[in-house]
Amino acid sequence: METTRLIMVAVGGQGNLLASKVLGEAALISGVQIRMSEIHGMAQRGGVVESALVFGEATSSIISDGEADILLGFEPSETLRALNRCNKDTKVITNTATLPPFTVSIGKGVYPDVENIKALLKEKCAGLVAIDAMKLAKEAGSPMSVNIVLLGALIQSGSLGFSKENVIEAIKRRTKKVFLDKNLNAFDLGFVAAQNYSS
Amino acid sequence: MHKLLNDSPGKKIMLLGNEAIARGAIEAGCAFATTYPGTPSSEISLNLFQMSQESDLYFEYSTNEKVALEVAAAAANSGLRTFCMMKHVGLNVAADPFMTLAYVGVTGGMVILSADDPSMFSSQNEQDNRYYAKFGNLPMLEPSSVPEAKEMMRYAFDLSEELKQPVLLRTTTRINHSNAFVTFGDMKPRQTKGKFIREPLRCVTVPAVSRQLHVKLLEKMNKAKGLSETSDFNPVKGSGKFGIIVNGVSFHYALDAVKDLGIEGDTKILRLGFSNPMPEKLIKNFLKDCEKVLVIEEGEAFMEEAVKAFAQEAGLMIPINGKSETLFSRLSEYDPAMVREKIAAYFGIEYTPKEKLSVDNVPEIPMRPPNLCSGCSHRATFYEVKQAARDMDIICPTDIGCYTLGFLPPLNMGDFVICMGSSVSTSCGFGQATDQKVISFIGDSTFFHSGITGLVNAVFNNHNFTLVILENGTTAMTGHQPHPGVDMERLGLDGFGRINIENLVRALGVEHVSVIKPFKVKKSIETIREALEYKGVSVILSQEPCALYAKSLKLLKPRAFKVSDKCVDHKDCVNSIACPSFYIEDGRVKIDADTCVGCAVCAQICPENAITPLKK
Repeated sequence: METTRLIMVAVGGQGNLLASKVLGEAALISGVQIRMSEIHGMAQRGGVVESALVFGEATSSIISDGEADILLGFEPSETLRALNRCNKDTKVITNTATLPPFTVSIGKGVYPDVENIKALLKEKCAGLVAIDAMKLAKEAGSPMSVNIVLLGALIQSGSLGFSKENVIEAIKRRTKKVFLDKNLNAFDLGFVAAQNYSS
Repeated sequence: MHKLLNDSPGKKIMLLGNEAIARGAIEAGCAFATTYPGTPSSEISLNLFQMSQESDLYFEYSTNEKVALEVAAAAANSGLRTFCMMKHVGLNVAADPFMTLAYVGVTGGMVILSADDPSMFSSQNEQDNRYYAKFGNLPMLEPSSVPEAKEMMRYAFDLSEELKQPVLLRTTTRINHSNAFVTFGDMKPRQTKGKFIREPLRCVTVPAVSRQLHVKLLEKMNKAKGLSETSDFNPVKGSGKFGIIVNGVSFHYALDAVKDLGIEGDTKILRLGFSNPMPEKLIKNFLKDCEKVLVIEEGEAFMEEAVKAFAQEAGLMIPINGKSETLFSRLSEYDPAMVREKIAAYFGIEYTPKEKLSVDNVPEIPMRPPNLCSGCSHRATFYEVKQAARDMDIICPTDIGCYTLGFLPPLNMGDFVICMGSSVSTSCGFGQATDQKVISFIGDSTFFHSGITGLVNAVFNNHNFTLVILENGTTAMTGHQPHPGVDMERLGLDGFGRINIENLVRALGVEHVSVIKPFKVKKSIETIREALEYKGVSVILSQEPCALYAKSLKLLKPRAFKVSDKCVDHKDCVNSIACPSFYIEDGRVKIDADTCVGCAVCAQICPENAITPLKK
């Protein structure tokens, strides 16, 4: 498989490390090589959490600025902040539900307009799917499923070359049994939302 | 059963680098492991801790890295396979036993792991610990990938037993915190009890003994050099006039780059995984038919300097380069594009990097620095100390832990921090060197690690400062590891002692000791004020469990607050404590009931009493 580089950015607590684990498991099931790198440490303290996932034949486990093929953003301002990881051919998938940082609350910054964020991402990159993953997660039964909603949208894009079935199997193996139904719902809602967005 | 205890050779599984390292120790029959937790090494010990609860593996969280290494040194000299792991700066704490244990050696295999942190993702410096191997005369292994980290762990124990010396395994964050597929190997049996053979002429390092031991150490390192010359961990890939010598994660960046640039036919790569002692003959041979050589290594010019010296000895005049203004930096970690660009530039290969996106019209994005959690007791303590000291000219030495974040606005409580335990000893110095009021902060785990000796010094030398010990009952920053003040029974574990910090501080001779419950704001401020006015050493114990930890142990009652109509919108609450549960909606302060843990600190500081309990 040709190399595909995916960057996922999120705010601590949004579950992007679990999303990485599900993708890793899906890669194992699908027989695709994968290496992933993540930055822990301050994640629980509300900072930015970034994962790099390299699928295919390249052997590096991190992704340089400007070299992501896909950017999956769990929070719109973080998606925009990660624009330096993208190039004009990058596909972008983003959540539109905001989590303003506390710096905004104490007047040390202004949260950018979400419509403007979407317009900028669309203008600069090769394609944009923007969905309200929080709304869909709640619809699926749990606000904790934002990560799985976004995985649904990611898989719909077809960029990773995994079948939907393999990812569903990975979700079954890697997420908690009590949340399974909600997560499967969430995956489906994300998948459909991305489908409708593209069409 | 713990997934890493699964005895199923050949099983393929996705593992975090730190899990792969822990698995490598288990496969090697490691029976005894010690640590003090520190990012990026923490998940190695966490996994070993968990496994020790369901197997005969002995594991302990030691008080600090020096203690951990000394405990381990005894086990390794009783014939057990022993593993001691720490973050890079931890090895500074353990440097004293490290340097002389090299002389004494071991009878059972011993691996010391140093997890370096180029780019300082969660560290106070980016020192390159490869120099410790050279400094202390220990063999060193450096993995380039997650699966290799496991293989090297297995080999490191064998190597240590062959040489009767500890082996340093040096990783970087991108090994510790990467995930990859790993194939389980067979598990060697663990020997959990050994025997110490009394050998004073090897183990009692008086000068006459050590003079002999130093001679033997150099002989051992000579033998190690022979092993490094032929090690499979020092492979040469490809052939051609361009030479690349590389270590660690940069190896894969170089492999990818050579392929991307289409110079596979012209390039040979020597990867040094057994990198101390350097394989001299191997390197001289490698250099012989190169026209030009590039050395790629994050951190210092450790290999480059050695390679240049070897070239000089071999009478080779070829250009050898690595660190320079136009090539590689001594700062930060490297990345694939950087390595590709430098390789292209150095060997004169045409290469156009991907065009960068213009960010001219992108608005400024508000920063998202890490913050103390909602309901964090440190926030309350910082606020109260600030109030109690509002008319004083203060210096606040702080320490290493979550509470270091108290230096950020709006709390601004943190003026000086250099290493674990430094809050207490620097307070001694600031108190003597200035007329300012010194108020320092240290967490309970850090106090046990290296704060106690500073406090002994303060009492003996009659210094003048107030030390606030933030007793949150866990080692929070690195993921809630236990420490000597933790109630282990609460975790369902028996057979542990427990040290009461208040009794300890009083026993050290501190005359002014007070205890606050930081969620009682007014009373805490009064108590703190009294301590601040005391001349001499005063200690305040701020006791409240870490909110995250309490949540994970299900000790928190579901409780939250809301902002009522009485709010007159002066935003004192947000501006003074900046709890992340606050948010602004239509210009008004709101509280996110999902994240509020109900500490009620904001409710107590609101002059309007406008913050009230929410009925959940």
